[in-house]
Amino acid sequence: MSLSELIACHECDLLTRLPELPPGGCAHCPRCGCLLQRDRPNSIEKTLALSFAGLVLFIAAVSFPFLAMKAGGFEQHSNLLTGVWLLLEQKMVLLAMVVLLTCVLFPLAGILGLLYVLLPLHFGRRLPRAEVVFRLVSHLQPWSMMEVFMLGILVSLVKLGHLAEVIPGISLWAFAVLIFVLAAQAAVLDPHQVWERLEALR
Amino acid sequence: MKAAGMTARRQNLVSCHNCHLLCDAPVPVEKQVACCPRCGSTLHSRKPNSLMRTWALVFAAVILYLPANLLPITITSAIGVTQTDTIISGVIYFLHSGMVPIALVIFIASVFVPLMKLLILIYLLISVQRRSRRRLVDRTRLYRLTELVGRWSMVDVYVVTILVALVKLGAVARVDAGPATPYFAGVVIITMFAAESFDPRLIWDVMEDDE
Ligand SMILES: [Zn+2]
Ligand SMILES: [Zn+2]
Repeated sequence: MSLSELIACHECDLLTRLPELPPGGCAHCPRCGCLLQRDRPNSIEKTLALSFAGLVLFIAAVSFPFLAMKAGGFEQHSNLLTGVWLLLEQKMVLLAMVVLLTCVLFPLAGILGLLYVLLPLHFGRRLPRAEVVFRLVSHLQPWSMMEVFMLGILVSLVKLGHLAEVIPGISLWAFAVLIFVLAAQAAVLDPHQVWERLEALR
Repeated sequence: MKAAGMTARRQNLVSCHNCHLLCDAPVPVEKQVACCPRCGSTLHSRKPNSLMRTWALVFAAVILYLPANLLPITITSAIGVTQTDTIISGVIYFLHSGMVPIALVIFIASVFVPLMKLLILIYLLISVQRRSRRRLVDRTRLYRLTELVGRWSMVDVYVVTILVALVKLGAVARVDAGPATPYFAGVVIITMFAAESFDPRLIWDVMEDDE
């Protein structure tokens, strides 16, 4: 039996033979139940399409105001970047960095990184250092938290409701769709397939 | 046979942490690390110093958890009145104003999840060190849970930053981040690192020593 037919569970280290998966089927570890592999047809093409959609939505979500608030003749808009800027102006460098990294830079790097790896792969090519980029993308994934930020916006909306008039901005809608697109992207991406294709092109 | 099973380590194989490629275990060479031939990650059979690292991070998070919950997280000034809120007083305020769902979201994300996560990690660490053979599958599931839910604790940090960024309405109202905010962000980030540094395979290693 060759090594490529075997897989070690990454949660309990059990060696298992990978069965031939039916379309859309998945294999679980017989010992701990962890998901070993899922058959994801057209994974690369689907992920690419969702990444492009994600990029457009991301630009919209970051550049338009997500909330505006009116009270006593004042009006205040905020988009993600001006929000980070305001935090910096108030000397809250740490918080500004946390928001900038987890809600702007990491998600953007994730989308761009996937495009960098998958677009050439779709045409049977690989760009230099594609494996480093793909590895980084998987490391960054838990740290990109746009869906948590979205929940934060919703909580703030309710919290501010009694202080002033709060108007949801355009970017809120872009945000809402983006979160579904990113979740779908994570669901259709098959890292195993990407690694195999990258290896074959070396 | 099914319970014990054949592990990669027993077969002298190493599964790459990142791309899950199965490789022959590298022969240890001094001051040299073996890298995965496919993705370039460092290869090791188990995460190095997993228990020590996780303990250290758990301790750090427990220490930060106190100021995060005791100090005020927001300072609100509206129409001349200044009000400071801790996480808990914020939750109680929402409860009193009848916004139960929001109160629940904040309580679960900011108080319950970080605490549960720390308790679960401590339980996993102790049970691994005591070489417990009980409830292996359940403990693996608990670990999976801590990995999954930790990120949602960040929600309060975002709420504070949104309030700070948005509520700048001249003399009418302003919100400032309280001293608890960096501690709280620290708790969330450090517990995420702690969950990442724990190696769930350690739970199962005790099965190998049986034979
Ligand atoms: Zn397993
Ligand atoms: Zn690898």
